[in-house]
Amino acid sequence: MLRMIARRVLTGFAVVTGVVTLTFLLLHAAPGDPAEQLLGPTATAEQLAAGRHALGLDRPLAVQYLSWLSRFGRGDWGTSLATGRPASAMLGRAWPATARLVLLSLVLSYGLGLGLAAVQAARHRTTLDTTLSIASVTLVALPGFWLGLMFVAVFTYLLRVLPAFGIAGFDVDELHGWARLVDALRHLALPLATLTLIGIGGAARFARGAMLDAIEQPFVVAARAKGLTTPRVMRHHVLRHALIPIVTLLGLSLPALFSGAVFIEAVFAWPGVGRVLVEAVQARDYPVVMAATAVSATLVVCGNLAADVVAGLVDPRVRAREEVTA
Amino acid sequence: MTTALRDWRGRAGLLLLLLALVTAIAAPFVTGGDPGNVGDVVATRFLPPFARDVHGVFHFLGTDRLGRDVWTRLAYGGRISLAVGFLSVLLSVMLGTTIGAAAGWWRGWPAAVLTSFTDFALALPRVVLLLLLVALWRPNAALVVLILGATGWMPVARLVQAEVRALAARPFVEGAFSLGARSRRVLWRHVLPNALTPVIVAAALGVGNAILLEAGLSYLGLGVQPPTPSWGNMIASGRDTLVNAPWVATAPGVMLVVVVVGCTLLGDALRDVISHRSSVIGREAL
Repeated sequence: MLRMIARRVLTGFAVVTGVVTLTFLLLHAAPGDPAEQLLGPTATAEQLAAGRHALGLDRPLAVQYLSWLSRFGRGDWGTSLATGRPASAMLGRAWPATARLVLLSLVLSYGLGLGLAAVQAARHRTTLDTTLSIASVTLVALPGFWLGLMFVAVFTYLLRVLPAFGIAGFDVDELHGWARLVDALRHLALPLATLTLIGIGGAARFARGAMLDAIEQPFVVAARAKGLTTPRVMRHHVLRHALIPIVTLLGLSLPALFSGAVFIEAVFAWPGVGRVLVEAVQARDYPVVMAATAVSATLVVCGNLAADVVAGLVDPRVRAREEVTA
Repeated sequence: MTTALRDWRGRAGLLLLLLALVTAIAAPFVTGGDPGNVGDVVATRFLPPFARDVHGVFHFLGTDRLGRDVWTRLAYGGRISLAVGFLSVLLSVMLGTTIGAAAGWWRGWPAAVLTSFTDFALALPRVVLLLLLVALWRPNAALVVLILGATGWMPVARLVQAEVRALAARPFVEGAFSLGARSRRVLWRHVLPNALTPVIVAAALGVGNAILLEAGLSYLGLGVQPPTPSWGNMIASGRDTLVNAPWVATAPGVMLVVVVVGCTLLGDALRDVISHRSSVIGREAL
């Protein structure tokens, strides 16, 4: 088990390094550079050359890469070209917001999705099953940013009950205790609901398949033969067995959930990594783009790692397979 | 395919897809014509669905803030969205099949390198790459196709590799070799046609995904650029008029859902057919 974790940590480290290197190369291959961005369209050739020299852009690519990597490794992520703030501070504030949104949505969508799938598996091939199948396919097909907009139209503009933008109200510093919590929850409601609804569809579709596989196993027939009620059979025998593939999927769905969060954050002005990334990319804010890419790759890799570890804890066979291949 | 159509999901999925495809292809015939047509803005802007403007022109889905007919833009935007979806998946299927077949058929270090490369690419956060690539070069439809294709081949490569590996051990491959066929010919004529079945399922699901991603990028202003209509940038332009003209953003979203549901249902039906057939073949082999 420890050996497996060590291997995965190494692979994850390689992936993050790869992503960062790729980003670095892409930024340098793309037309335009930070000097042009900083000095604007009226800059003369000499000014541009001086700017490039000041930023170290006239050195060989390999030298630039190594010096950037060593500074990055030491925690010096540079300052944002657009805001003048340190990139590390911008991301340090952003990643908890993304993690909060994505993790809560993960828990909620799997909890509700599993419930939906259990109902479908227990009532397999009935009208209820078909209806719920259509519902889950529709949920998966919903474009997150569009669903978010529709929620804003209904809950913010039409009913005037929930805020559409940001993570907290303008008066958040005046709020204490309950009021502060309620404010946070109200801001969380729409983004979380959007991300979760789409997540429920995916989770339910997959869990239904896993449960139908489990339901055909002899031990389920035996449990029924003993006279256990359907809810009890579903909870204690089918769900347990179906959890193994589901936990594996949980890890695999993290990158997708994070991608979804990038668009949702843009819609709801949620101050997370996705929004920082989108804004930095649009403004060609190179240091922030590099830092945001590194942070988002790390978040995704950590999620996958956590899922692998949990899958190993739940299912001894996963551990065994890892040890054979290692 | 015919078996898949016996499944209600196959029929419904194909119907939804055909509906969108026919509308997009026949756009000049089923709509008022030019999607970028800006006429008398003041008189024709923000007309609700089923309204007639002052010139007596009927607007099935209303008009947007420049008085452009939403139904016309929807049909023409469908051309872009569907083309981007299908072409990018075609590209990723070609890339994925080549890489997967090479990694599954030949042994030794090139195969190992290709496998690790696939695993690595699979672990990259796709949306982050997409955002970077699209933002750094000037976005247009062709570039979006290229980038979606280049970041979507990994699942196909994995499928093809596993399938080719499994097929390589089958008697008909040995038979082809013993008849004197060369390795490349056996792969091309005997193994690959058999390995492509699961790819069809992945492609059907992939089209839906690619269309959603394109819409997302266009929504962020990084995809297909206005005035060319795409469903994504139509939603983006309807964002600011959610209160007084909600139909502008609603219509393209509904079309997106219809197409993606169609792809998913068709993919599900095809997968059931294939897994059923392979389990039958498996039993015969025993």
